[in-house]
Amino acid sequence: MTLPQALLAFLVFPGFLFIAIVGMVVSWVDRKVTARVQYRVGPPLLQPLWDFLKLMGKETVIPRGASPLAFFGAPLIGLAGVTFVGTMVGVAVFLNQGFYGDLIVALYMLVLPSLAVIMGGIASKNPLASVGASREMKLVVGYELPFILILCVPVIKAGGTLELTKLLEYQYQNGSFAASASGVIALIVAIFCIQAKMALVPFDQAEAETEVMGGALVEYSGPSLAIFKLTKMMMFYAVPMFVVAVLWGGFGTTVAGTVLGVVKYLVLVVIITLMRNTNPRLRIEHAVQFFWGLMTLSALAAVAAALVETYPF
Amino acid sequence: MGIAVKALMKSPWVFHVSAGSCNNCDIEILDCLCPRFDIERFGAVLVGSVRHADALLVTGAMNRKSARRVRQLYDQAAKPCLVIAIGACACGQGIFRDSYSMVQPLDEVLPPGAVTVYVPGCPPRPEAMIAGVVKALGQLVADQKEPPEPHPVGTEKDAADA
Repeated sequence: MTLPQALLAFLVFPGFLFIAIVGMVVSWVDRKVTARVQYRVGPPLLQPLWDFLKLMGKETVIPRGASPLAFFGAPLIGLAGVTFVGTMVGVAVFLNQGFYGDLIVALYMLVLPSLAVIMGGIASKNPLASVGASREMKLVVGYELPFILILCVPVIKAGGTLELTKLLEYQYQNGSFAASASGVIALIVAIFCIQAKMALVPFDQAEAETEVMGGALVEYSGPSLAIFKLTKMMMFYAVPMFVVAVLWGGFGTTVAGTVLGVVKYLVLVVIITLMRNTNPRLRIEHAVQFFWGLMTLSALAAVAAALVETYPF
Repeated sequence: MGIAVKALMKSPWVFHVSAGSCNNCDIEILDCLCPRFDIERFGAVLVGSVRHADALLVTGAMNRKSARRVRQLYDQAAKPCLVIAIGACACGQGIFRDSYSMVQPLDEVLPPGAVTVYVPGCPPRPEAMIAGVVKALGQLVADQKEPPEPHPVGTEKDAADA
């Protein structure tokens, strides 16, 4: 890929602009489904765009004693992480290009948005923000373990490859990973892990409005808050897309395959939204117990099943 | 109308400030967010932090403890920020005006011209509150066209009474 092509891919399609637009539409879908489930009408389609534009027009207030570099750098780090992951997954799915080890790079880039929330919360010099940041730290330590374990399942089944394009190719030839027992367990664990990664109820302890008044983001206003909200919207695209590509069969090479891929992505989004609407927020210790207990054991079971399926004795 | 003002009209995030209210107005504010009235279809969302707010819904007569904190909250809100006085107590302290613990009413605690709309009632109906918010957003557009002069607080007669 030449430099102009790479810049176009990173900034327009399947890069920043594409991720931002799809992310805004999908976050509207989430709000509309939430409203419908609560027997309300819900906001109009352009609402996420108006939210973003309004926040860009507000003044920025920085608390006295807060570190400006970390305070303003944190949202940009989150935005960079989610843009990079979305672009890499999009390039692998739509343009069929990648590099060796891009699965690992996507995995650690996906941590950056949570890291940005933690950094921003600690840089805010506010006790409520510190509480929110420490909760997010505990949550990240909790869900990263089963998330990384279940990503061993597609790697094992595809013969040890670490490239997203090779994983997709394996699924196009041999059927999606979710069609096997290990894959089903992996998909279920992945759904819980991405619920925590996107900081949605029941795992939104970091930004709990009623408990800690906005948590880690309590001191943010104006354009920096706009970037945090945009990052959250873009996560709605990047993270379920990553799960569909790695665990659920990707987007296929034919038109029918692409339509099926979009349907799978929307099914994931609706599952996430319904989980968000039907559950209360967990206490942070219960959330960590859940991830280190049931989810890790299920992930280990999925890895064992994958080993048995790939190398039968 | 500039894009900033239009976006502010389309997405007013509300923050609820209770300055020693009896909670009746607070319950009616929550009514606005429930299915029957649903102000989320206008983009209004209840936010947890005052820095995220575009409209402060202030209830309650200002008593000694809360008046100073209401002023601090107003200073912490990121401008432009509307202030909507909900209920008879916020409009002018209502029946608690001569009480031992009351200080000045809301429009004297905040800077002149800060309070955009007064919604009277005890408690005001959700329809009245929604009408008040709509009037406040319309005032925003009018202010954009010609910025207002600062309002004088009180008249000579009030100064003579005090």
